[in-house]
Amino acid sequence: MIAEAVLKPGGDVATALYIVSFSLFILGLKQGTHPTTAKRGNMIAAAGMAVAVVTTLLLDGMGNWGLIAIGLAIGSAVGAYASIRVKMTEMPQMVALYNGVGGGAVALIAWSEIRHGIHIGGAMPLEDLIPTLLAAIIGSVSFWGSNIAFAKLQDLIPTRPLAVPGQQIINAVLGIGVIVLAIIIAINNDPPSQALFILILVCAAILGNLVVLPIGGADMPVVISMLNAFTGLSAAAAGFALQNVALIVAGTLVGSSGTILTMEMATAMNRSVANILFSGFGGAPAAVAGSGEQRPVTSIGAQDAAIKLAYADNVVIVPGYGLAVAQAQHAVKEMANQLEARGVTVNYAIHPVAGRMPGHMNVLLAEADVPYENLKEMDEINPEMPRVDVAVVIGANDVTNPAAKNDPNSPIAGMPIIEVSEANEVIVIKRSLSTGFAGIDNDLFYEPNTSMLFADAKAAASEVAAEIEQL
Amino acid sequence: MSLFTEFTIFVLAIFVGFEVISKVPTTLHTPLMSQTNAIHGIVMLGGLIVLGYAGDGLEYVIGTIAVAFGAINIVGGFLVTDRMLGMFAKKPKPKASPASSASRPGAVDKNDEGAGK
Repeated sequence: MIAEAVLKPGGDVATALYIVSFSLFILGLKQGTHPTTAKRGNMIAAAGMAVAVVTTLLLDGMGNWGLIAIGLAIGSAVGAYASIRVKMTEMPQMVALYNGVGGGAVALIAWSEIRHGIHIGGAMPLEDLIPTLLAAIIGSVSFWGSNIAFAKLQDLIPTRPLAVPGQQIINAVLGIGVIVLAIIIAINNDPPSQALFILILVCAAILGNLVVLPIGGADMPVVISMLNAFTGLSAAAAGFALQNVALIVAGTLVGSSGTILTMEMATAMNRSVANILFSGFGGAPAAVAGSGEQRPVTSIGAQDAAIKLAYADNVVIVPGYGLAVAQAQHAVKEMANQLEARGVTVNYAIHPVAGRMPGHMNVLLAEADVPYENLKEMDEINPEMPRVDVAVVIGANDVTNPAAKNDPNSPIAGMPIIEVSEANEVIVIKRSLSTGFAGIDNDLFYEPNTSMLFADAKAAASEVAAEIEQL
Repeated sequence: MSLFTEFTIFVLAIFVGFEVISKVPTTLHTPLMSQTNAIHGIVMLGGLIVLGYAGDGLEYVIGTIAVAFGAINIVGGFLVTDRMLGMFAKKPKPKASPASSASRPGAVDKNDEGAGK
């Protein structure tokens, strides 16, 4: 009975079902690019995945059902638990983590393929061996790189760029070394050496660590997007090795769409991908220069802030990652409600990389039911800034730093910013004068029309809202 | 499947990927990245295949971990994308029924605090 249900690996029925599966991926992705259809698109892609998994489970000769069940059960439980519990602010590290496990799976599959090749005996055909080696290298880099990215975003290790002297050279040596090892394995492929293969996995692992460690927290989203593309490509390479059309197409789709997303994000930060990868953004010298001098700031309390806001006509809120960390989106919305009740116009100015991922702030504010039409993109709000009475900067730092425009020597020179210093008055809600991801001082804090409200974003927003209510 | 057939598919898929994702609004970058992230969970197929045909102890271990990793990637990736997009979908509602919008932020708050502990 079961025998009738099984599909021949690489046979017509299995291939046809895989084609259905990747067609659903393409449809799903296409719908994912429009806000109205995105949710449905995600479901279509998930349906495609279900087709692919069931097809694979029905392949002829499959065994080890107990282990398959264990792997599926553990993985599904962990994935479901994590995705339900994760806070929206932690989305970037969640993506990094899923990315890492995907890359890790590819590296393990490649290892298993090599062992399979050795087990069969004789020379492993190059058309299987080469993609297997590629999958191992990219998968391992992606796994370790993503883990480092996760650890940085989760504050398990410092977000500041960490670099060792001669880093670029070490990376280059490792990169070339991995390729040389792969070539040696490919030449002496009768049978391929498992020891050298494991050495490749190790070198690629070190490379993955070293490439991501020097990258500062602000650039991490771009790196995650790039590693996402890497994992996709490694899946495609595994698809070549296993001659599986679903893996090739789905992996390649993620590889190329991930590349586009990465470039779009880098453009939004006015930087090139190469610059992000190799510059070690926000180095120590700038941080030292900033902390060396003491400049006076104007500090105010919640009540003063409430008065300034309540008697304004036009208020713009500039949310940043600090708002996300403090889970302040609901408190801020409450403050905005109070202001709107008094007839104040409240808009939100969203920097393209506000939060820790492009579009991340939009997700957080959507969570707090902020109407979509009140979210203004940077290019839309900047020309209006001179007509804004009060700009409230909540948990944002580098993206408001006028040094990006005025100081050509600043590490963030040229980065597009929300030009809050053009507004009549600025209130910055921040816990201290500490620096942002870029590790540099923010000139905005010391400008004459800027008042600092030193407090936790959530507490401050609630307090200001309460004060406005009492006015 | 010949190597050249595979390459043909690979190259065509590159162009499809580029075409599909070009000009996405910034608003959707995070959910879309999350969705492509879920799709590379397709590697679980590879894990299933190597585990399904595995023949020795180490391969059992490697295969089971690979399948578990892939399942985390797939299940977590699609669920989290769905959760995220659900927040966007909620937006038109407050206008239609003010009552639901008033109750919602409170409910979300509780969840957040639970998750934070």
